[in-house]
Amino acid sequence: MELGEVIGSVVATTISQGLEGIRLLVVQPLDRRRTPRGRPVVAVDGVAMAGPGDLVSVVASREASLTLPVVPGPVDHAIVAIVDAVEPVSGASP
Amino acid sequence: MKIGRVAATVVTTIKHPALDGRRLLLVDLLDLGGEATGRDLIAVDAVGAGAGEKVLVLDEGNGARQVLEAPEAPVRAVIIGIVDQIELNAGPIL
Repeated sequence: MELGEVIGSVVATTISQGLEGIRLLVVQPLDRRRTPRGRPVVAVDGVAMAGPGDLVSVVASREASLTLPVVPGPVDHAIVAIVDAVEPVSGASP
Repeated sequence: MKIGRVAATVVTTIKHPALDGRRLLLVDLLDLGGEATGRDLIAVDAVGAGAGEKVLVLDEGNGARQVLEAPEAPVRAVIIGIVDQIELNAGPIL
């Protein structure tokens, strides 16, 4: 899993079976210093509450499909949490 | 598996139900010499890893779900060990 920021959304009226009514968001993967890493990806909103500007945790590969109502489904990235903060563990450097 | 160092805690309120009550840690990935590679990932803590500890990270979903005993969890990376020591052969690698 990795950090990411929601930078947009995707609307697709014609879509593969299993993805009807599922929210698709554009996520830019970030490292922990919030520096963009790689290209943006389209991810399923696995918490149904993420929106533009949110810092999120994204899971890739087959595990992403486990957020769908019907498993497995045709997705490769999913938001599994909205991140409130990234805090140093006491004693560690942030 | 990968070697990393616990860098931060990821605080989340809204998350996938399978992540409820689980500790998410941000881990800097290390090379075998213990130097940061510049890559990081978010992993579920399965061993009680602490600040700055060198850890063993499993980044594979099937094993991750087995460790967490959660067959439906959208999780790919899990901290499965705390590294005491890494020994490398001094000779050439053939």
